[in-house]
Amino acid sequence: MKYLNQMRDINLIKGMLEKVVLKSKTQVNIMEVCGTHTMAIFKSGIRELLPPTIKLISGPGCPVCVTPQSYIDTAIMLSKRKDVIITTFGDMMRVPGSESSLQREKALGGNVKVVFSPLDAVRIAKENPQYNVVFLAIGFETTAPTVALSIEMAYKENIKNYSILSSIKTMPNTMKALVVDEEININGFICPGHVSTIIGEKPYGFLAKDYNIPAVIAGFETVDILMALYSLLEMLENGEYKVKNHYSRLVSYEGNKKAQEIINNVFETSDSNWRGIGKVEGTGLQLRNKYKDFNAVVKLDIVEAQEKPIKGCICGDIIKGKNNPLDCPYFAKTCTPINPIGACMVSEEGTCAAYYKYRGSST
Amino acid sequence: MCVAVPVEIIEIQENEAVVNYGGVKKLVNISLLEDVKVGDYVLLHAGCALYKIDEEEAMKTLALFQEILECNEG
Ligand code: SF4
Repeated sequence: MKYLNQMRDINLIKGMLEKVVLKSKTQVNIMEVCGTHTMAIFKSGIRELLPPTIKLISGPGCPVCVTPQSYIDTAIMLSKRKDVIITTFGDMMRVPGSESSLQREKALGGNVKVVFSPLDAVRIAKENPQYNVVFLAIGFETTAPTVALSIEMAYKENIKNYSILSSIKTMPNTMKALVVDEEININGFICPGHVSTIIGEKPYGFLAKDYNIPAVIAGFETVDILMALYSLLEMLENGEYKVKNHYSRLVSYEGNKKAQEIINNVFETSDSNWRGIGKVEGTGLQLRNKYKDFNAVVKLDIVEAQEKPIKGCICGDIIKGKNNPLDCPYFAKTCTPINPIGACMVSEEGTCAAYYKYRGSST
Repeated sequence: MCVAVPVEIIEIQENEAVVNYGGVKKLVNISLLEDVKVGDYVLLHAGCALYKIDEEEAMKTLALFQEILECNEG
């Protein structure tokens, strides 16, 4: 990993920033889809150094933020059942449901366990045969293969008390939905880095081909992000619309085929529910019929909670990039990371949380 | 939660490997990868190694950065 030191060389970063500044001539809107990019951009401080002609829009790539309110309420409902152990990534614990949170339910005696991996959830199921162990499966293509692995493992080992409450989402169709939304007006994309590790460069081809929108796959170093901006500006200037991959250390044209295979074995494309947005066609994954016994909704005969949007929270518009947190009257007043009103303030990758932490003052 | 981190492989045991996770040894699943060996760096997310980091490609990207810096037009 010697390359990291070289990538962090201050002269390289300065030089690249200068190149971006010189290249920027007309107003452009660039969306960074991934929450980890949002975080990296704030952390690096480049937002303040870019010319006003470059508007960076934070996209929908924070899995916790896009998970709908009703999903959290269903999970909370389940955590109250005596026969259930809820297993979840830590980020979900503090997301407010309409009346409580998983953290609060745990404190009140609910059986909720934080796990590092769905594979740990399968292990918990094995060790606790008297309980139904439900994993809260949220995430994008980065997380989908691991969830699929957990399902295959439980299937092969005949573990009948493991299931998932799935709200897994997929990126390319989500980006398409954003592109066709005229209110957002995206001129170029910085593609989600680790989603691309799995799906490769190929699935973004339609952006350039069908919509004349250039896209760059980039890493998370400051210089990676500057390079992505430079490449996007260059392509826009030349009217040359392509997908460029500047993250080839972790992304190939085809992606990780083994991971894609296991995703396709276990899941099929479905519509998916988004926080504050509703159903978006073809943006989710659901279990194939073969694995239907691992669907918690069917297995545990759950009546899913209704969507009860939080009044005043504009997370939905923030996820779509239509607004930024400074447009929300609650931001940094009643809504803070310690006392979050909406999901975007909970996860580190959430746009509201990133704005709060780094006090972004410009858009 | 989407955060994925590079970790070094220390030991391989069939479908699992011991990695150095910020100084702590951790057992992770490597069944999504082919031909990993001790000393490789992999991208770890949610208990699974997702990709073997290609250092040669990283050097090519660095060379591209340099090339852009050295070219004179804006
Ligand atoms: S600041 Fe809080 S209330 Fe406002 S949009 Fe963000 S999460 Fe919702």
